[in-house]
Amino acid sequence: MIFALITIALFTLAAAAIAMSLRNLVHSALLLVVSWAGVAMFYLWAGAEFLAFAQALIYLGAISMVVLFAVLLTRRSLAELDPAIDGKWRGVTALYTGGAVAAVLFGAVLFTPLNFAAGPVRSFTVRQLGEQLMGPQVAAVLVVGVILTVALLGGVVLAAASRRHDKEDAS
Amino acid sequence: MSPLHICLLFSSALFCIGLVGALARSNTILVLLGIELMLNAANINFIAFWRYGPNHADGTGIIFVLFSIAVAAAEAAVGLALVIAIYRHRQTIRLQEANTLKG
Repeated sequence: MIFALITIALFTLAAAAIAMSLRNLVHSALLLVVSWAGVAMFYLWAGAEFLAFAQALIYLGAISMVVLFAVLLTRRSLAELDPAIDGKWRGVTALYTGGAVAAVLFGAVLFTPLNFAAGPVRSFTVRQLGEQLMGPQVAAVLVVGVILTVALLGGVVLAAASRRHDKEDAS
Repeated sequence: MSPLHICLLFSSALFCIGLVGALARSNTILVLLGIELMLNAANINFIAFWRYGPNHADGTGIIFVLFSIAVAAAEAAVGLALVIAIYRHRQTIRLQEANTLKG
């Protein structure tokens, strides 16, 4: 049980770390997809099957496609590589900041007594989830629907090419 | 060390990888992906506490993560639209060159 958890964790962390240090943007995006798949495996491990499938559909299916499209739309040539880190100062500062945050978080986790009973995996059925979502949480579902609609419209408005601008740029 | 500790260490490490990526890289898309990693780390925390916490039956953690994933998807869509808009105006997506509003 714990062995599976550690394997999933190491797999996910390795994929994420390598993705963040690669120079090629497409390779980074593809490795991040692997890391999101690791998170979906963690959800499966924890007994949240519905979330694992939601993660697979949304992150592996939708967000990865959007990211790959953005990468391909915003680079000028196939040979162009992203400089990994701009100057040593930026990278070293980022590593120091990340290390400090990691030290604080790890210290807080390791020195907190967490005495929850680790029972067997009890799965939370989709029926229960649906009853929760359509019962007590129905207002939040409506709000999320509004947020997604507004985000979709905003994304289209932001990314749509306006002809006036293009003409001004050309002239 | 209990499994809950391991879950929390896992999510802390993932959060820090995302943080370092978001701070060190100058490509806007990679910064956005670093932020997505941090959001995923937060979701792992929710699930870990739901799995090992006392209130397992009401499924609050799962519902919270569902809404968090929905908001993260909206954020990714708007963020990438912004990246494309910036690229159209400036022909670059390096953060250092998108500094018109810098004081």
